Amino acid sequence: MSVTKPLPHDSAPLHVTGAARYVDDTPLPAGALHLAFGLSTIAHGEITGLDLDPVRAMPGVVAVLTAADLPFANDVSPSAHDEPLLADGTVHYVGQPVFLVVATSHLAARKAVRAAVVTYRELDALLTIDAALAADSRFEEGPRIYEKGDAAAAIAAGSHIIEDTFELGGQEHFYLEGQAALALPQEGGDMMVCSSTQHPTEIQHKVAEALGVPMHGVRVETRRMGGGFGGKESQGNALAVACAVAARLTGRACAMRYDRDDDMIITGKRHDFRITYKAGFNADGRITGVDFVHYTRCGWAQDLSLPVADRAMLHADNAYLLPAARIESHRLRTNTQSATAYRGFGGPQGMVGIERIMDHAAHVLGIDPVEIRQRNFYRPPQDSSSKKHLAKQEVTTDLQPNTTPYGMEVEDFELHDMTQTLLASSEYAARRVAVAEWNAANPILKKGLGFSPVKFGISFTLTHLNQAGALVHVYQDGSIHLNHGGTEMGQGLNQKVAQVAAARFGVQLEAVRITATDTAKVPNTSATAASSGSDLNGMAVKAACDTIRDRMAAYLAERHQVAPGSVVFQDGAVQVGAANYSFAEAAQAVYEGRVSLSATGFYKTPKIKWDRIKGQGRPFFYFAYGCALTEVVIDTLTGEYRILRADILHDAGASLNPALDIGQVEGGYVQGAGWLTSEELVWDDAGRLRTYAPSTYKIPACSDRPDVFNVALWDGQNREETIYRSKAVGEPPFMLGISAWLALSDAVSACGSAYPSLNAPATAEEVWHGVRRINDGI
Amino acid sequence: MDVSFLLNGETVELSGVDPTHTLLDWLRRTAGLTGTKEGCNEGDCGACTVMVREPDRAVSLNACILFLPQLNGKSVWTVEGAAAGPDLHPVQQALVDYHGSQCGFCTPGFVMAMVSAHVNGDTAHDDALAGNLCRCTGYAPIIRAAEAAAQDPVPPHLAETSTAPSAAPSPHAPRSSDELAAIYAEQPDATLVAGATDVGLWVNKALRDLDPVIFLSGCTDLRQIKSVGDSLRIGAMADMNAVRDAVTPLFASYGEMIRRYASVQVRNAATIGGNIANGSPIGDNPPALIALDAVLHLRKGDTRRSLPIEDFFIDYGKQDRAPGEFVEAVSIPHQPDRLKCYKLSKRFDQDISAVLGCFNVRVEDGHVAYARIAFGGMAATPKRAAQVEAALWGQPWTEATIRAAQAHFPTDFAPIDDMRASAVYRLGTAQAMLQRYFAEDAGLASSVLEVSA
Repeated sequence: MSVTKPLPHDSAPLHVTGAARYVDDTPLPAGALHLAFGLSTIAHGEITGLDLDPVRAMPGVVAVLTAADLPFANDVSPSAHDEPLLADGTVHYVGQPVFLVVATSHLAARKAVRAAVVTYRELDALLTIDAALAADSRFEEGPRIYEKGDAAAAIAAGSHIIEDTFELGGQEHFYLEGQAALALPQEGGDMMVCSSTQHPTEIQHKVAEALGVPMHGVRVETRRMGGGFGGKESQGNALAVACAVAARLTGRACAMRYDRDDDMIITGKRHDFRITYKAGFNADGRITGVDFVHYTRCGWAQDLSLPVADRAMLHADNAYLLPAARIESHRLRTNTQSATAYRGFGGPQGMVGIERIMDHAAHVLGIDPVEIRQRNFYRPPQDSSSKKHLAKQEVTTDLQPNTTPYGMEVEDFELHDMTQTLLASSEYAARRVAVAEWNAANPILKKGLGFSPVKFGISFTLTHLNQAGALVHVYQDGSIHLNHGGTEMGQGLNQKVAQVAAARFGVQLEAVRITATDTAKVPNTSATAASSGSDLNGMAVKAACDTIRDRMAAYLAERHQVAPGSVVFQDGAVQVGAANYSFAEAAQAVYEGRVSLSATGFYKTPKIKWDRIKGQGRPFFYFAYGCALTEVVIDTLTGEYRILRADILHDAGASLNPALDIGQVEGGYVQGAGWLTSEELVWDDAGRLRTYAPSTYKIPACSDRPDVFNVALWDGQNREETIYRSKAVGEPPFMLGISAWLALSDAVSACGSAYPSLNAPATAEEVWHGVRRINDGI
Repeated sequence: MDVSFLLNGETVELSGVDPTHTLLDWLRRTAGLTGTKEGCNEGDCGACTVMVREPDRAVSLNACILFLPQLNGKSVWTVEGAAAGPDLHPVQQALVDYHGSQCGFCTPGFVMAMVSAHVNGDTAHDDALAGNLCRCTGYAPIIRAAEAAAQDPVPPHLAETSTAPSAAPSPHAPRSSDELAAIYAEQPDATLVAGATDVGLWVNKALRDLDPVIFLSGCTDLRQIKSVGDSLRIGAMADMNAVRDAVTPLFASYGEMIRRYASVQVRNAATIGGNIANGSPIGDNPPALIALDAVLHLRKGDTRRSLPIEDFFIDYGKQDRAPGEFVEAVSIPHQPDRLKCYKLSKRFDQDISAVLGCFNVRVEDGHVAYARIAFGGMAATPKRAAQVEAALWGQPWTEATIRAAQAHFPTDFAPIDDMRASAVYRLGTAQAMLQRYFAEDAGLASSVLEVSA
């Protein structure tokens, strides 16, 4: 069967030959125009003068638009209608689009932008968490609070209390393909848009609003993205809307792509956090209670910040059964880029908080950091083989409900066995000893080990988004064409879905073709986000395939007078009683029998229901798990470090495609480690992002991957009924990178007796400061 | 200007070329070859990597900061030419087999960097691919692919070099340093373009119109590297990979520093003369050259002069170079290899230094007999640590001397805070580098790059 096979990405031969087409590779019609935004140069102020005549006089300029020139809605927000395409009198951050240049070339548009003369009356800019708190500048009326039990009393009951505050930086997506869109005017005022987006339906929606037409007047197509990572969930809206409006006004095709600097200056990034914590522990390492405060810098517009901050709260427990918890979340409005979705969607930030606590507590209590984590794990399911690990917990744990701080029972906890397996395969115990010996022998360099587990909730927390559609056609020659609502950004979604379709029809994968995601094929789609792509779309495609297969079986069964249930689709053939058809012959026969060979499929995730205001219920269908052990070495003189080895065991359920899933794990780990190590966003006192290009913003390079990189998939299956019992895999492995940050902390702690209290990202400079914090003698 | 070159084996002849038209823009917009991608437009991501096939080697370059006139007479290969018809190049096939592409956008650049390394028989994959960023895979499957393809033969179409069309003569493309000296003296306002790794950014990012432009790539006599008397004389047009090869046997740490200097694509274009002449306070060659007591050779018309290289850097953005005068060469005196170059940056590979410390200390009979120490990233120019040096001269080579000398760093330097590092960190690590130099001399392990799991 085609599912479970480690097949290459379906576009791999196109990728390696340069034939894979991205938005900016699309051949343009004659007379096509190119766009560029003029950007705010201040962080907050009123526009007092906007002299665009010099721009209009620049070579190649066809039109220059301001907010006043927009025919209908001036809004590209995915949520609160608070994000004008072009500033409407006030600017809210350095980089906000103020005007739009339409010119005959990309370069002409960029050059023309710089001729503008814009004057402002500057207003106070809120750039930092402290400034926003002082001004009570926030989204929602006040902090959101989720509670389980009486956290304050539970913390006080612990024999040890730990508390601290740390900073957790944001992250630039750095998709290799920058944001891009292309609008092609159609007859009758309709608009065709090609967009590098994770969310074609939202592009369709925002373009329709901007053009004053119903959604049926706009068709959006997305063949592939050159990386998304959440950065193309809402951030493509501005380019698509700008292209559509300009195309409407000029009657010509309009293309827009951001130069990399503009991309990094304009678009939102991962939310940075400050996390304050206080936790109680018993002497045996069991946590008694925890209190978190999340301060989240959301930037100037709401975008997706509320669900991001929610998800951070929903992952404040990570893998640990917290007897009592209080999580307070401040969603702060600042005059910076509007922070947006990024792989993990707040989950990583929430998870770093509790992993920091476990690390801190292990240090204070003198318990091995892996051991203290195991003692606090959720209990495994009753049918699990993990009873032997459970015994260790029962010594100290009354049988309190195995529930999260938001009241969801954890029914599928896999990490006891996974942790044991990883500790064995990575030879943790022996290496812990070896590292200590190595450190004793090396005065300048120090090694460290870090372990972190991942329990990541799968489902959109905005429950209605957990739905998907598909459209499947079987042609009379037996070839199969399908579309679904998901988008391809490198994760191999189309391949996985094609594998599902091939399995349902019992045909070779080559018989199945998936074409560009198209709002005219499958409507009302959700973003390809929240790791949901193959879960939702795989099931929708399965439903459509089964509908067609059942029709084929019914027709052929009647023809041969057998029971429809006895018809077998396998190995490219259809067995009907004694008769054997090739799949193509069967399709031809069914077509001639005047039976529809086209069907839609639909899926909605069962079991989920929750109240995001109270923080109670079941927001997630299931959890995906993983665990990682990372070894690093640091230079105590300069803070420089390297990741020497990473061992990872990840739970993809019954993997639909182990090769693609391991690719997500390897790539997710490196990206997650990058977030917490070398990737540092720096703004100056005027609110200007100083790290706006790869020359200054450093994502991991080739040699930054671990020297030894052992990645394996957990041999299990989803306990919930997902597509072939697989699990979502896009985001969860990202958080395995937390182990690298913990390993750096472990290495620093070899330099003194105090807890290093590292901030993130732990750049070489931060490690250097950490060494000095705990040992002034160096 | 008129430009002719071979593109994937076919002759291209262009006339009236805008001198700062980039190869990338021309490939994508004019030639319709969209396989080569624009990722950053500044030479930092490698998505636009192409290969120039020279008779004895393959040269990978970033097409985004490569102006068309630089290609005159060259044989250029893009991702569209890597395969021979339906037969994928071994690195392409390996990338498919080992799952080396996910989103695929960086892939053409990786392919061409790998194809170039494959032609050269270069199996130091991490170095060959340090200039290619991938955000999806975590690199592991790409390296597996590079290793798998390493032993396959070079496909015939890439194994041999075709004769490229001869370069069209142009007054803006001198063919010798003598011609250059004459032209530049006449047009002292012209912008000299050597490798364009810096000038490319003036065009792509600052959107400057440069006119006139003088391309130096035809001045092959300026590429010479040779021993002259008691010095190694390096011509200004020597690219940084050639410099690396030349200095590695003499000053191993300098060579190792150049390994981490930008990327192979940038080093293939960047010249030592450019790195000196642009006067950047964070250029990596000047501190090493100052520590080695190098001499800079300048020429204007027929007038030549030489000066200690440290005297060339007067202030931020200001060098001792007259209009119409150009850097001809730099000479490094032969000497015992006591040089250590410590490059500190957020990322090891392809990152601009936050601090670059170069130490050249000789010890005789347990006492410091010679000390030249220079830094980048610590001042408005590449600068010597004069007080620190003075605190070392003649002193016993001991930890106490190191500690005493460290106290003089704040006298020599008052570094700034910026996005790369804070002033405190810069000063503290500069001091720590002296300690590292001493520790290394005592045989203590002090480089995380030499540690394995």
